Amino acid sequence: MSRETLEYHWGKHHRTYVENLNHQIVGTELDQMTLEDLILASYNRGNILPPFNNAAQIWNHEFFWESMKPGGGGKPSGYLLELIKRDFGNFEALVKELKSAASSQFGSGWAWLVYKANRLDVGNAVNPRLQEEDKKLVVVKSPNAVNPLVWDYSPLLTIDVWEHAYYIDFQNRRADYITIFMEKLVSWEVVSLRLELAKARASEREREEERRKREEEDGYSAGSEAVEMYLESETDESEPEAE
Amino acid sequence: IMMETSWSCCTNLGPSGSSLLVTSDMSKLFQKPNFAQLCQQKKKELQGPRRSARIHAYYGLKSPPYKLDALEPYMSQRTLEMHWGKHHRSYVENLNKQLEKNDMLYGYTMDELIKVTYNNGNPLPEFNNAAQVWNHDFFWESMQPGGGNMPIFGLLQQIEKDFGSFTNFREKFIEASLTLFGSGWVWLVLRRNEKRLAILKTSNAINPLISADIPIISLDMWEHAYYLDYKNDKGKYANVFMDHLVSWNAATVRMARAQAFVNLGEPKIPVA
Repeated sequence: MSRETLEYHWGKHHRTYVENLNHQIVGTELDQMTLEDLILASYNRGNILPPFNNAAQIWNHEFFWESMKPGGGGKPSGYLLELIKRDFGNFEALVKELKSAASSQFGSGWAWLVYKANRLDVGNAVNPRLQEEDKKLVVVKSPNAVNPLVWDYSPLLTIDVWEHAYYIDFQNRRADYITIFMEKLVSWEVVSLRLELAKARASEREREEERRKREEEDGYSAGSEAVEMYLESETDESEPEAE
Repeated sequence: IMMETSWSCCTNLGPSGSSLLVTSDMSKLFQKPNFAQLCQQKKKELQGPRRSARIHAYYGLKSPPYKLDALEPYMSQRTLEMHWGKHHRSYVENLNKQLEKNDMLYGYTMDELIKVTYNNGNPLPEFNNAAQVWNHDFFWESMQPGGGNMPIFGLLQQIEKDFGSFTNFREKFIEASLTLFGSGWVWLVLRRNEKRLAILKTSNAINPLISADIPIISLDMWEHAYYLDYKNDKGKYANVFMDHLVSWNAATVRMARAQAFVNLGEPKIPVA
């Protein structure tokens, strides 16, 4: 990835997103939110609000730069490799799927490796892979600025397939760009690190959910009598009104 | 004299799109390799299993109505070579590959194919390729060497009627190109229902044919259209398009044809 590409991609595109977002949110309540909260809030169930594109693109690009390193490539190891073998068969199958997702994203967008640990429905968006098993690695692709945070996934790796990402170095040869990315740029250490964080978050969520469920059950059995009484009084009142 | 030569370039009223070719109708510039390819393809088919002759109709890559360096310095030859020679060509080839497998979609004109594959919002896989082939044909014909300036006669009057002034239209068009997020196109269309001109932004491969509006000119805002010449400076690209590239001759021809389908009512503005 040439210096020229980075000068434009980071120095112009990424910088413009930051500047534009600041213009948009300065002085509003959005100013106080973290970037991730801002992304989720402005996604608005798909009916995106103006700050979304800029906010999401800032997050996406930061994530993208950190997904690469000089002298990258090679193969993952440790727990990440285990999960890859479990969910994709082998490392080559993962590479193939990533390449296919990145090539087939029509127009502008991103291809992702994510950790899926969210069996439940997300309030903000429809989960695109609802039926699948939980706690696994999946490959997804997204258009324009959308990223898997809105589907409540934990992204581990991304590749930018907006044309500005590869046009200077590869022109229209997106497939070559993806291949070089996988062979020479991707930083598996960072991916492993993100996986650990994602797993930890998922476990914590589970514990919290169980805690909440237990509380609900306790509260429910105490309040059920009250509920019945309320219903009885309601039916008494409605009869005279019906006449 | 300039007018006459450019009129003769635009005698095909609107892009006719598909050329059902059984013989090679490819560009003159890249003739040799493609003709050989086509011959090989035909040979393979003829040598295949002995059954009744099957005619395969394929779409061909139409070349722009000017040489690839004719738009310099506003759109470089390198951009044309990449954009037309690689991107546009690969849309055509991929479309043909997809059509090979799907008998149901044979025999359509390009316009019909786009509407059919759009499938009312649930597009078939062929849609992206078909629409992009059409879009690029339309785009090349929306430009000309020595383009830009202003439209004349009725088209100018219609723009002034619908936008207030040409300057306002130009501003709105450029604004549309700057605010389009992601890949897409900016169009000047004649709206059938509202019976007026309007500016339309579409994403990816979508074009006004599917909303039954009549496109008059288009600007490609996919990054591959301007990245080599202008990098991320969309504003400069759009301005250069308006000032030096857009072909109002082509637009006038398309407008004349459009008025056969849409009654623009009073006042009766003749197109030319």
